[in-house]
Amino acid sequence: MWNWFHKLGSPKTFYAISGSLLPYFCVLAGIMLVAGVVWALGFVPPDYQQGHTVRIMYVHVPSAILAQSSYMMMAAAGVVYLVWRIKLADIALQCAAPIGTGLTFLALITGAIWGKPTWGTWWVWDARLTSTLVLLFLFVGVMALRSAMSGKASAGRATAMLVLVGVMNLPIIKYSVDWWFTLHQPSSFSLTEKPSMPPEMWMPLLVMVLGFYLFFFCVWMLRIRTEILNREYRSRWVRELVQ
Amino acid sequence: MNILLATIRRDLLQHVRRPADIVNPLVFFLIVISLFPLGIGPSAGTFNEIAAGVIWVAVLLATLLSIDVMFKSDYEDGALEQMVLSKQPLILVVLGKLIAQWLVSGLLMTLMSPLFALMFFVSSDGILAIAMALLLGTPTMVLLGSIGAALTLGLKNGGVLIAILVLPLYIPVLILGTAMVDAAVGGSSYTGHMLWLGALLLVTIGLAPIATQASIRISLSQ
Repeated sequence: MWNWFHKLGSPKTFYAISGSLLPYFCVLAGIMLVAGVVWALGFVPPDYQQGHTVRIMYVHVPSAILAQSSYMMMAAAGVVYLVWRIKLADIALQCAAPIGTGLTFLALITGAIWGKPTWGTWWVWDARLTSTLVLLFLFVGVMALRSAMSGKASAGRATAMLVLVGVMNLPIIKYSVDWWFTLHQPSSFSLTEKPSMPPEMWMPLLVMVLGFYLFFFCVWMLRIRTEILNREYRSRWVRELVQ
Repeated sequence: MNILLATIRRDLLQHVRRPADIVNPLVFFLIVISLFPLGIGPSAGTFNEIAAGVIWVAVLLATLLSIDVMFKSDYEDGALEQMVLSKQPLILVVLGKLIAQWLVSGLLMTLMSPLFALMFFVSSDGILAIAMALLLGTPTMVLLGSIGAALTLGLKNGGVLIAILVLPLYIPVLILGTAMVDAAVGGSSYTGHMLWLGALLLVTIGLAPIATQASIRISLSQ
């Protein structure tokens, strides 16, 4: 088991394995996203209060879930790198940051677009919105530190450290902004409880969330593969690959 | 324990002999606070409402300015490397430096705060709350800021970088601090806020020095 783990951690093996898996993932992600979008936009009944604007949810909720989850994955990669010094974990951390930033931004933008017709305003200083905004700042901080330290041997460990500090702070930030009066509805979608939405509404949402996860993994994998080639350009297997 | 006291003594002596690093952030704090009334216009009603926020944001920025130079001179003349290499536990050295840093930045700003609160026409209950909130909040900010300072050691334009890394982490302190002052001005009890700020401080005292010493080791390892 450990042997296998370490083998996967070597850039060369990872490059080979991910290369053979990537097409399946991409096709699956494409199918899920297309099916989810068609289902959500074309067949889901409009909400009795919000009408057709409720369809924004099918982009907003998955991107918000992915935004938080990509920070968690980044933190997991950070722990792996700090403890075991597996080079691949550092690459994974570095590659997840821009995707996470993009998804957080998407969650904020779609939230604003959804907020205008339902709440009557683009932005409110509500707890969930604010903590998502802070998440965006944390992502930007990680990327800023990384780019300021580019070329230094300690860049990976410093960034991992920062991500860990951020992950410790996320719950504190979340609870502190909850002190404010909250306009955002509480999450109506969780793994453990029966959803309060009717099945014809939450099933396409589930498809979209899974599609977003697969999409995230595809983009992440692509970035990691590119970064591996970038860093290992001196090694023989990369040269042979390129020629 | 000796090393802790020795570090505090050494750092305080250094601050006294080279006061610019300490005085400049305080002057900055003073100027920023005085700029707000000039920008807003002299009506006492608005001052009352914004006083807590203005003072807190000014403290935040001034703390960042002073934290930026916390490890800098020791890093540049190699003293920091010697501290890491010495047999004494690095965490005690870091704790000592943090305490000295707070004494000359956070504590001084806390002591200055009633003066500014008066300038903003805050009631006496509010003045007490501002001072108490700063007393509990500034050490948390120094502790969190030191992580950023340690991570950006030896980088060009580290100052802006520290701000980007650390300011998001200051948000809970800012929210609780201003909420505490608002509660006091509104005449309600603010014990809950104080306990929260104290809890945050305890958690940060427990964890931040560990992160800071690890970050110093990382920054020095190249």
